[in-house]
Amino acid sequence: MSATSRFDTLLVANRGEIACRVMRTARRMGLRTIAVYSDADADARHVREADEAIRLGPAPARESYLDISKVIEAARRSGAGAIHPGYGFLSENGEFVQACEEAGIVFVGPPASAIAAMGDKSAAKARMMDAGVPLVPGYHGQDQNDDLLRREAGAIGYPVLLKASAGGGGKGMRVVESDGQFQAALDGCRRESRAAFGDDRMLIEKYLTQPRHVEVQVFCDRHGNGVYLFERDCSVQRRHQKVLEEAPAPGMTEALRQQMGEAAVRAAREIGYVGAGTVEFLLDAPQGQSQEPQRFYFMEMNTRLQVEHPVTEMITGEDLVEWQLRVAMGEPLPKDQAALVIDGHSFEARLYAEDADNDFLPATGQLTRFALDLQGAALDEREVRLDSGVDSGDSVSMHYDPMLAKLIVHGPDRAAALATLNRALAALDIQGVVTNRGFLQRLASHPAFKAAELDTRFIERHESSLFARRETSAQDLASAALIALYQLAGERESQSPWDRHDGFRLNGPRRIRIALSDPTEANDLAPASLAIVEGRHGIDDDAWQLSVTGANREPHQFTACLTDLSGDAVAITLDGHRRRLLARRDGNVIVLTSGSGAVQGEDGTLKQETSGETRLLWRRIDAIDASARESEATLTAPMHGTVVALLVEPGHPVQRGDALMVMEAMKMEHTLNAPDDGSVDGFHFVPGDSVGQGDVLLDFSASE
Amino acid sequence: MATLDSSINPRSEDFQAREAAMRLEVEHLQELTERIQQGGGNKARERHESRGKLFVRDRIDHLLDEGSPFLELSGLAAHELYDTEVPAAGVVTGIGRVSGVECVIVANDATVKGGTYFPITVKKHLRAQEIARKHRLPCLYLVDSGGAFLPRQDEVFPDRDHFGRIFYNQATMSAEGIPQIAVVMGSCTAGGAYVPAMADESIIVREQGTIFLGGPPLVKAATGETISAEDLGGADVHTRVSGVADHYADNDAHALMLARRCVARLNWQKRGSLTMAEPRAPKYAAEELYGIVGTDLRKPFEVREVIARIVDGSDFDEFKRYYGDTLVTGFAHIHGHPVGIVANNGVLFSESALKGAHFIELCAQRGIPLVFLQNITGFMVGSKYEHEGIAKHGAKLVTAVACARVPKFTVLIGGSFGAGNYGMCGRAYDPNLLFMWPNARISVMGGEQAAGVLAQVKREQMERAGEQWSAEDEEAFKQPTREQYEHQGHPYYASARLWDDGVIDPAQTRDVLGLSLAAAMNAENEPTRFGVFRM
Repeated sequence: MSATSRFDTLLVANRGEIACRVMRTARRMGLRTIAVYSDADADARHVREADEAIRLGPAPARESYLDISKVIEAARRSGAGAIHPGYGFLSENGEFVQACEEAGIVFVGPPASAIAAMGDKSAAKARMMDAGVPLVPGYHGQDQNDDLLRREAGAIGYPVLLKASAGGGGKGMRVVESDGQFQAALDGCRRESRAAFGDDRMLIEKYLTQPRHVEVQVFCDRHGNGVYLFERDCSVQRRHQKVLEEAPAPGMTEALRQQMGEAAVRAAREIGYVGAGTVEFLLDAPQGQSQEPQRFYFMEMNTRLQVEHPVTEMITGEDLVEWQLRVAMGEPLPKDQAALVIDGHSFEARLYAEDADNDFLPATGQLTRFALDLQGAALDEREVRLDSGVDSGDSVSMHYDPMLAKLIVHGPDRAAALATLNRALAALDIQGVVTNRGFLQRLASHPAFKAAELDTRFIERHESSLFARRETSAQDLASAALIALYQLAGERESQSPWDRHDGFRLNGPRRIRIALSDPTEANDLAPASLAIVEGRHGIDDDAWQLSVTGANREPHQFTACLTDLSGDAVAITLDGHRRRLLARRDGNVIVLTSGSGAVQGEDGTLKQETSGETRLLWRRIDAIDASARESEATLTAPMHGTVVALLVEPGHPVQRGDALMVMEAMKMEHTLNAPDDGSVDGFHFVPGDSVGQGDVLLDFSASE
Repeated sequence: MATLDSSINPRSEDFQAREAAMRLEVEHLQELTERIQQGGGNKARERHESRGKLFVRDRIDHLLDEGSPFLELSGLAAHELYDTEVPAAGVVTGIGRVSGVECVIVANDATVKGGTYFPITVKKHLRAQEIARKHRLPCLYLVDSGGAFLPRQDEVFPDRDHFGRIFYNQATMSAEGIPQIAVVMGSCTAGGAYVPAMADESIIVREQGTIFLGGPPLVKAATGETISAEDLGGADVHTRVSGVADHYADNDAHALMLARRCVARLNWQKRGSLTMAEPRAPKYAAEELYGIVGTDLRKPFEVREVIARIVDGSDFDEFKRYYGDTLVTGFAHIHGHPVGIVANNGVLFSESALKGAHFIELCAQRGIPLVFLQNITGFMVGSKYEHEGIAKHGAKLVTAVACARVPKFTVLIGGSFGAGNYGMCGRAYDPNLLFMWPNARISVMGGEQAAGVLAQVKREQMERAGEQWSAEDEEAFKQPTREQYEHQGHPYYASARLWDDGVIDPAQTRDVLGLSLAAAMNAENEPTRFGVFRM
């Protein structure tokens, strides 16, 4: 391998935010940028931002972004001297690295040998053990016999973590709590693993009950230099998917940082690593007043740039993509260990198109608006960064990972950075597609997160306060109703006075009833969350009188008025208390966004004062589904996706809650369960069929 | 277009005194309206609610398009009419928008005497149907009624305009292509059973609605058969077995949604045609009408100040401005609809009557709806006027008013006395809708004049008998007549008996007329044929 391998054209073999992010640095460094795209992405942001773009193939990743020969061909056609793989897709695929080498194209990343060494997790652990890096007890053997795996799991002791040897990113990975669940979990993991990686080998590990996920960013060049750019704490995870990341890790001592950093560099050197890599450790979070030193265990090494790399950039002031490109060009590392210092604190929040209130179902649709209102929220643009793969007007399809963007903030210390994160989350203006923003706000404003009480089961542990059906405040209901009243007034279709939607009543104030309910509840005639807001407006009045009533709610009265501010911002004044918020409509759902403020109540309980994002279904008179009860006998697809497996025989009796069929969307499996005791009359699809949202999947008869 | 200029002085004592008096009347009207809208007493309301039924006004809210205006009719019907209170006569009627179509709604209030039909209830129901026929508006009947109020069967059952007329109207309106839709949300017993049975399409609510000619007690007595109301004529029976009802609803809200769906499937088209203009608000505030008009009928007001607060942009093109000037006629727009306005500005003379007849002919010729603003003490009397033939000139006006086949709307904004009432399209002249302001009074003549006439007759009798009549005695004789006229001429007295379609807040006049005009556009334009004008 030559010491220098200059290139002036870079192909980015990825999509979404990471493609955009890599190209940004590449352009700054004077490189010509080439994007690749599938048919679903023909007009995607990464394509628009590239100097040139090459079509790979149809939407499915297998036929586009994962097709090695097509990517290599695209590089040839465009004259790219190097390929940056981003993360995911081909980033840790040894064959691809091989193919690049054969084609004489620089692969921006480690050599194939290093990928291979770490790609097989079992083999990697063995090598790490030899290199003296501490490991969690587990089974990493080649023998994949079901019974053997089950015995090994028993020997390690439940709970255990079952994961794909070839995996990453939470796919093909499950916690198994007991022997009884083992076989089903193994089958599911193998299926996911085969679909995602084309490999279904599994490894088993002891599942630590309160570990923190702390990873170290390392960098090596071709000249034998290796440094660590400190650690990131990614403990806040949901189903092994990182949600919030931060750097540095709270409570980290200099001594431990150095120990972990050096162990990480040692691990990289052991396998002859080049480029950016991340060594993931489990850090045993000591309980109570324990004086025990914190122990850390090697989990795995990611031989690519991580999704969460920006938090490291924010605290070090370095551009990791620039480092990658320089190393790939054969240059030495820009800095040595002594020159690297930590400045302040940084957070990253991953914004997904998914419905946190509906079991995180991936969402699709057109983003009619996607913007961050820095000015409105009085945020310093040097402290807030939005790495986004989408713009207003873009579509979110079912074909790829539902991550839309990453919101990254920086501050002089953790508290300041967290405050900025909360403000910035509230200032995101997203329309058209449901996102996890409200969930991120609840996380980022959670007292336990503020207090840095972190471990990888943070979300599970705080489920009750994070997912509790929040009582929508009377203020929020009144605000949403007021917005509905203004919307109604604007819905005129003709000049007829009958079309004014002004609630005219003879010899009394104008009167309009707005019915609101929780959008996650069934949209039938009488949901439990139904609230009625009656607006009255007399001829001499300059404000609406709103009375809020509904199930289990003390009646509330407000004098309310609304002032339009710029864009979707409105000021709503309720009894003289003026609040600025973003208001928009998502179909019949009214979405109100304001700063999130969870406060400690007097009795010490968590009380959600202002709720961040509030979603209320405006029960338009003709949008209510009165026929909901008629469709009980069918099960419909919760989203676009593909049928993976039919699990029961038609006619065979099943019990309520039994799994009936499995579908896959956004690379995640979703199981449809029996709504009642009974049997399936018939399936409407076979495995491999793709289904649209709302399609009837099967007919079900409940037993009498 | 000529724009009216207002010359009122809201700071003047007179204006403020008038305003205070009118505000008091309006507030009283609003309070009375709110009280009547509570329907029957608390006990009846609790019972109704405990059965899972919606109150009648909530039913209407569920039925109407969101934010739809609701132009309630005859809201004061039965007010102080019987020895027992029957709020709104136990039935709510009005015009509202359902699935984008203006409809007449007739909804029983079961909290009022079980929704039974008093004589005035029948009259109100029939009036709503008449309005539907005249405006060609689909009818929605929300039925929840125990049928005729039996103690008054003689005033409810036998005559032409009694209970049976309801079904006659359903049949004949259906024949005219005016949809008849019934929603059975309570009992429909005996004659009441024909409301859904005669409907084009009907909906029935499970475990609430029942339809039968004879209820379980009658069946038991007649045939010995023991059966529950639900099994005899409930939703399951009528949607699965008998076919008397067409749609099965789980509850009130579901039923009303189904009714909306029925209306959405009517393939409805308005048939009227007018050349519309962009609606514009008047230049002057409607509330100023209070201070302009006041409540003392003896104090005149300039009717152009009233017109300026009703018509679009306060634009009013007068016709024959300088001729017969006690009657103001001219063209304007209300909520974009072209209208011809005929308004009193003093007693009627021969010239005013001729001018009015001429103007009505113009409007009829051009298909322009007419709005009468009535404030009239009568035609001028005296030999000069009789000799010049004021009776035949007045007759020309009455002929024109009676025969004009354009939509006509009348608002009593002051006095309505004697033959002036006829010439200005009073109730007998079949205006599409007629409303009164709270300050208005209606009688054959003013109370003072009537007392004077009667006293004069009496004095002549007494003088023939050679008797003396002291001034005190005469005054004592006149007082009851004055009081009777004041009492019987009051708008609430009139409205309770359905001499009008409602008493309205003057500030809402423009909206009421706009909604009425727009509703009238559902009906076809009709050609006018005038009768013989005596020359």
